[in-house]
Amino acid sequence: MQDQIASLKSSISEQIEAAETLDALESVRVAALGKKGSVSGLMKGLGGMDPEERKVMGPALNALKNEVADTLAARKATLEELALNARLSSEKLDMTLPVDSGTEGSVHPVSQVMDEIAEIFASLGFDVAEGPDIESDFHNFSALNIPEEHPARQDHDTFYLKPDENGDRKVLRTHTSPVQIRTMLSKEPPIRIIAPGRTYRADWDATHTPMFHQVEGLVIDRDTHLGHLKGTLEAFLKAFFEVDAVTLRLRPSYFPFTEPSMEVDVQCSFEGGTVKVGDGNDWLEILGSGMVHPNVLKACNLDPNEYQGFAFGCGIDRLAMLKYGMNDLRSFFEGDVRWHQHYGFRALDLPTIAGGLSR
Amino acid sequence: MKFSLSWLKDHLETDASLNEILVKLNATGLEVEGVENPAERLAPFTVAEILSAEKHPDADKLKVCKVSNGTDEMQIVCGAPNARTGIKVVLGRPGDYVPGIDVKLKTASIRGVESSGMMCSYRELELGDDHDGIIELAEDAPVGTSFVDYAGLDDPVIDVAITPNRQDCLGVRGIARDLAAAGLGTLKPLKTEAVVGSFESDISVSIEMDDANPNGCPTFLGRKFVNVKNGPSPQWLQDKLKAVGLKPISALVDITNYVSLDLARPLHVYDANKLTGNLKARIAEKGETFTALDEKEYTALGREIVIADDAGVQGFGGVIGGMATGCSLETTEVILEAALFDPVSVAFTGRDHGIITDARYRFERGVDPLFVRDGIEIASRLILELCGGEASNVFSAGDVPVWDRTVTFRPERVRTLGGLDIPATESINILKALGFEVSGDAPFAVKVPSWRSDVEGEADLVEDVLRIHGYDDIPSADLPPVHHKAGTTLSDRQKKSRAVKRQLATRGLHEAMTWSFMHRDNAKLFGGGDDRLMVDNPISSDLDCMRPSILPNLMQAAQRNKDRGAESTNLFEVGPIYLDDTDKGQKLVAAGIRAGMNGARSWQNAQRPVSAFDAKADAEAALRAAGAPVANLQVFEGADEHYHPGRSGTLRLGPKNILASFGELHPRVLKALDVDGPVVGFEVFLEQIPAGRRKSATKGALALSNLQSVERDFAFLLDNDKPVADLLRAVRGADKTFIADVAVFDVYAGKGVPEGQRSVAISVLLTPKEETFSDKDIEQISDKVIAAAQKAVGAELRG
Repeated sequence: MQDQIASLKSSISEQIEAAETLDALESVRVAALGKKGSVSGLMKGLGGMDPEERKVMGPALNALKNEVADTLAARKATLEELALNARLSSEKLDMTLPVDSGTEGSVHPVSQVMDEIAEIFASLGFDVAEGPDIESDFHNFSALNIPEEHPARQDHDTFYLKPDENGDRKVLRTHTSPVQIRTMLSKEPPIRIIAPGRTYRADWDATHTPMFHQVEGLVIDRDTHLGHLKGTLEAFLKAFFEVDAVTLRLRPSYFPFTEPSMEVDVQCSFEGGTVKVGDGNDWLEILGSGMVHPNVLKACNLDPNEYQGFAFGCGIDRLAMLKYGMNDLRSFFEGDVRWHQHYGFRALDLPTIAGGLSR
Repeated sequence: MKFSLSWLKDHLETDASLNEILVKLNATGLEVEGVENPAERLAPFTVAEILSAEKHPDADKLKVCKVSNGTDEMQIVCGAPNARTGIKVVLGRPGDYVPGIDVKLKTASIRGVESSGMMCSYRELELGDDHDGIIELAEDAPVGTSFVDYAGLDDPVIDVAITPNRQDCLGVRGIARDLAAAGLGTLKPLKTEAVVGSFESDISVSIEMDDANPNGCPTFLGRKFVNVKNGPSPQWLQDKLKAVGLKPISALVDITNYVSLDLARPLHVYDANKLTGNLKARIAEKGETFTALDEKEYTALGREIVIADDAGVQGFGGVIGGMATGCSLETTEVILEAALFDPVSVAFTGRDHGIITDARYRFERGVDPLFVRDGIEIASRLILELCGGEASNVFSAGDVPVWDRTVTFRPERVRTLGGLDIPATESINILKALGFEVSGDAPFAVKVPSWRSDVEGEADLVEDVLRIHGYDDIPSADLPPVHHKAGTTLSDRQKKSRAVKRQLATRGLHEAMTWSFMHRDNAKLFGGGDDRLMVDNPISSDLDCMRPSILPNLMQAAQRNKDRGAESTNLFEVGPIYLDDTDKGQKLVAAGIRAGMNGARSWQNAQRPVSAFDAKADAEAALRAAGAPVANLQVFEGADEHYHPGRSGTLRLGPKNILASFGELHPRVLKALDVDGPVVGFEVFLEQIPAGRRKSATKGALALSNLQSVERDFAFLLDNDKPVADLLRAVRGADKTFIADVAVFDVYAGKGVPEGQRSVAISVLLTPKEETFSDKDIEQISDKVIAAAQKAVGAELRG
């Protein structure tokens, strides 16, 4: 009997080794351990043995059964591994193929710069105000201390709409300053606003377009003075151009709606054909500003003896050109996709104080 | 405003260098726009003499000249008719640059004769327009000396921008006064001694204004001169005028121009013999005409101030004189006019007729009212000096206006308004140096000089102190911190606009910015073109109407991209449209288009033309970003007339509030705009979206069930005229407790589906609430779905 076991064991082991597929292995298992299998057949014989013999053969047969099962399991694992390897090698793809990543759009640099400006001024406590593009003469001119005969009107290259039945002509606002008027007429001081938006003047070359963008700033309080204007502009330009320090030069100038008035230049270098703000020996004219003219305060029903403040106006397109290196303003408004792909901003490039203002 | 350094020094006693002067001009608000010194470009040219001039052997009009510069003799071929032996000339040698013809000289052979150098004309040296011949210098001009030194050309010309408030600086003296106040020297006294008349003028003047403009010409002074000889003005005067770009005409005219530039006092001269009767300053009658000195005929509108004689209008007062009574070289009797005109009238006259003259420029900015008398005396003296003759007594009409303006000045305002802490005495000294009279104690009474009509209040005085002291010393100050709640910087509208821009950019659209105006014809295609939205003075006829829609601009931009070879163009813009000319007529719209193919060619995905559903998806994404309740919106088929009637729709909140429209653009519109299809587009009306009423940041508790959801599919046969949306609404409403979502996963028409119908396959997601569904539960819900579909739109379950 012992011999029979030994020979069966060796025969099954050989069959297991010889099984090349999982199906063949399963046949071996059934032939050995199945209900009618060789090992099962021997196990059935245990019932007919006398107790002494059974005492010996029982464990021997159990051992055989276990060994066969283990060998089967081991072989099964090997065959499965082989089958997986075979499958994997047949499943190879060329992962160098380019994928369709979808088309990416962009945000216009002017929108991006407007967002940057809003972010900076939000940190200084400013709100963002708005006004219409089609303005009354009152808001665009006369409330800003520019009466009809004023020579400054000629400098504005104003677009007019056709006169109405009373002969009055609406204007396309020539600056964002009318938002100053609208704000002061609708809100009690203290006032801190910026007002970005579309503005219009009849002018067309590489640095002038009939429509462009400006941002207005207005602060009205009891004690606001020129030093505050200077400090605010420094804070703004430092943050906008992302430099540690800026040097400003204020040059006396004239705007009918401010007194005193000044043009503001920022120190820069033009080395290598690009503008670098923050150092250098050149000056870049960047905005016009001043203390709000008493006549403007009066036009807005504010007492100039009680309230004062500053205002400034700055070209947004120009700021974008300086910061991001465009050289032709006209292309801002042409919708050339190649331009947008180059100068536009990714949708998720949100300028924030925490994450930085430029990409 | 141009002036030469030597002209400035006529009024300013100073040792300051040119550079110091330029820096100070900028610092005081007289912005230097340019400086040019003719000496720099003409440095190599010398005074020379023609020793002999003989006819060129091979050219009739050329001469071969022997020329000496004192040290060398050279041969020069010259074509000038006046080249002749013995005259003194201006010589350029090989290597010298001749600016007027942009040529660097070199030795050349001219018709076989060597020529080494050039004798120059005024035009060739950019010293004038004269090109009739070469410059002939005076006989005693020293040969060999530098031409620049000889001609006194080493005199830089400074060009400054004068802001509209500073009419006093439209005369060189005003500029000198500012520089003196700023510490750059002293202002020389002005000689204003009166000329004593020797007779009474036979011509007089009267003023006759109307009620509309009683002060149109407050004062008019005149003086007659007889036996004058008008010829070219002397060299010093010609040089001065030429240096600043003015053409010398004749002594009489040059004098008026000189006084205008020197002292900001415009004048006019009439040939007295050409006048008929007396002069009168009056309001023009509509239709009166005259020919002005610019040789153009003007027809009065009827509100101009004119100077007329008995024959009619002889000039617009303070703007331009008339041709008929102007002075010529033959003039022997002259009327000199020094008057005041109302700045507003002058501005309107100039603007109405498009006339820009030095006189208008000064009068409309307001000339010094107290300088009329001095002006006429200074000019009279010059006429007598340069033209001889005798002067009459001054005749006049009107009165010199009263000038009495006093402004209260609290010196601390320099600090509290200007941010600069300086002693009161410094402020006072600056004001005095500028001509203000300061009296009393603080607050001071400051009397404003008559030439500073721009100064109306204390802020103006603060500015004068600051600009003369210099703005550089003003220290920066931080604004005091304010309580500013996060998220309050932007309005709801601005937040929507921002979110929509970013959202659309993620969907592959580029944000464009296009003109707010367009061609009226294009505007009409999009429901605009109203008379009230026409630009009266457009920059081009293509841009004459405020836009009723952004789409045409984007479509045209897409076509430009296509013309350059782009297969597809996806653009959007968030900006204004204009429904009328009121504040409320301007609406903020997010509009976008997709033109050509949707997506790039790719081995992964099949490419297809854009479809109206792409535009719908864009519109919905934009609405969602803007916070619109997209799930609650109703889709109405058809939209504005610029869309394809069968392939467009609107998204509405309730039956009337249109939040967005979308669709394929109408083929007729494409054709009119010359744009190739297909183009689909959308317009989201951001202000129509109700503001989110968020009371707190909390999103509310979320109850999630672990019970398994079940998805059931249904295929319905739906009549073509029944919208799928109605079917979906019915299905969704069939069981509000368990139906969580309904989606369409197939739409099919064709074989197997009856004519006039389509098969719409939907999947319905059922989520159990308390216990998992039994088969019976699901069957019951399915029955409800089928019944609801049948009831609402007559849909039958497909067999």
